[in-house]
Amino acid sequence: MTDTPRPPPVPRPRPYYWPKAQVDDFYAMVADSPAEIVYLGETICAKRNQVRHEDWLQIAERLTAAGKEVVLSTLALLEAESELKRLRALCAQDDYLVEANDLGAVQLLRGRPFAVGHSVNVYNDRTLALLAADGCRRWVLPVELTRDSLAAMQRTRPAGVETEVFAYGRLPLAYSARCFTARARDLPKDDCRDACLDHPDGMVVDTQDDNRFLALNGIQTQSARSMNLLPVLADLRGLGVDILRVSPQSQHTGKVLEVFHRTLTGELEPAAAAAALTPLMPTGPCDGYWHGAAGMDALAAA
Amino acid sequence: MELVCPAGNLPSLKAAVDNGADAVYTGFRDDTNARHFAGLNFTASKLADGIRYAKSHGKRVFIAMNTYPRPDGFQRFEQAVDQAADLGVDALICADIGVLDYAARRQPKLNLHLSVQASATNYESLRFYHEHFGIKRAVLPRVLSMSQVEHVIAQSPVEIEVFGFGSLCVMVEGRCILSSYATGRSPNTYGACSPASHVEWIETDTGLDTRLGGVLIQRHPKGENVGYPTLCKGTYRAEGQTYHAIEDPVSLNAMELLPQLAAAGVAAVKIEGRQRSPVYVKQVTRVWREALDAFAKDPSHFAPRPEWTAELAKVSEGAQTTLGPYHRPWQ
Repeated sequence: MTDTPRPPPVPRPRPYYWPKAQVDDFYAMVADSPAEIVYLGETICAKRNQVRHEDWLQIAERLTAAGKEVVLSTLALLEAESELKRLRALCAQDDYLVEANDLGAVQLLRGRPFAVGHSVNVYNDRTLALLAADGCRRWVLPVELTRDSLAAMQRTRPAGVETEVFAYGRLPLAYSARCFTARARDLPKDDCRDACLDHPDGMVVDTQDDNRFLALNGIQTQSARSMNLLPVLADLRGLGVDILRVSPQSQHTGKVLEVFHRTLTGELEPAAAAAALTPLMPTGPCDGYWHGAAGMDALAAA
Repeated sequence: MELVCPAGNLPSLKAAVDNGADAVYTGFRDDTNARHFAGLNFTASKLADGIRYAKSHGKRVFIAMNTYPRPDGFQRFEQAVDQAADLGVDALICADIGVLDYAARRQPKLNLHLSVQASATNYESLRFYHEHFGIKRAVLPRVLSMSQVEHVIAQSPVEIEVFGFGSLCVMVEGRCILSSYATGRSPNTYGACSPASHVEWIETDTGLDTRLGGVLIQRHPKGENVGYPTLCKGTYRAEGQTYHAIEDPVSLNAMELLPQLAAAGVAAVKIEGRQRSPVYVKQVTRVWREALDAFAKDPSHFAPRPEWTAELAKVSEGAQTTLGPYHRPWQ
């Protein structure tokens, strides 16, 4: 932390299911990128086993050696005892900070430092104060909240708590017990045959009048459009945001991190940099939530 | 097993009480609850009437206060909590940690239930709410299979209420913002999913299109029954197919699982539908009362009677019912 916070871009846990070789390549790229913090681990589906817990720890070691702060992320939706068992193992280690993506994980982490991700609902200062008393050191603004809500949260933020904002990528919109990728293939979830591997950026769902609307990523629903808050970078800085989160995509994440970094250092001008990001997105930009509009709207990011 | 029925107004509350509900859940007439619809819900004085009516019949009344206040709206929630305590409700059903914290500290005598909107799907999460706020009961999200429900109950520090009947959220409640993605308003922030203010019904040459926030949800050929454009139940295109990519428009009906729910130790079964009419409340409450009584009398021979199923099918969304998540293959 410096006196004048400069939000570092941070890859959040890769939400998609990729083959292990692609995961290794991705984090080799991240190791050489300007990102300062890296979130690792499977947050969507416990059935995704290309990269196992031990593999994540190896990736974590390599990234730590490259000078990155590594955070281990937990599943957003916990249903089975087997998932809780893995969660306990993850929360029991103390080599890395853990990002809790469900209150069940918070319960296991209470009393020591932890972070909470965007699937833990922190909508007001009283909630954040209680979590901070439990040990929460970092929170993410719920993606549907506005700039004004963030400003109010920042005014009463407890000491020692960092604020992170989801600044780039397809938005996490919902989680379900059902797997929509398996559903598209008419397969039961228990026998999905790794259908998600065929959709490295999720499976796009169009409306019947050809509006690329959502991206289905297993049990998660994302926006097809990518959130882009680079145009409001000065505002984010003014509000004292500590960390900007960049959600990985299968292509161009290195370039996205580069553009964020060069904008943060002042080399690129935010509006021009934001325009440079648009062609790197799988579908196009949105930023409505930040401005209090529908999330899918593209206002400054248009 | 307690039967918990919905009421969006006083006639519905009376219909629930008269037809066999053990408890009725309600909400204030604002965005402090997840059925914030025009003309629905209770002013404090109407709720006082309702509570008097229910208590005189030996029944309980709960208030749902299950949206997520932002900092500038928190004070209204504090007032609502205090008002609920003043009214003497039997329980307050909350989701937000800040609201629960306020209620537990300021109104320690108030019974707190954890709303389905809190997204607590596992017992570690339930322990969090129990240890912090002393919640007495939790409503499980509609995502767990029957065996997962059994497992949660076996480990849970609090009694468990589950949904038995009504519209079905396919997403984990409290963590779905599809609605605000298209309209700016979600259950968490505004208390409504797919709000009517953003619905359009547009006649075309071939039939009727329904849109939400301008997004085409459904394209109905002429003469087809037109449903409400709920985002997760729309017809979309993916991988060359046009289909209900997320969920079919069906309702939950878990009646045939009553023996398993009872064996698992479920404390209460909840009927969805505060936005529905007093006639719906009356019909569904009466049928479920009969079913629960029949089960209590002869648990080993319980099966839903055809006339009950037919009656419930009449008021179901899409006129089809499913066991939903309780049935493993659904997952």
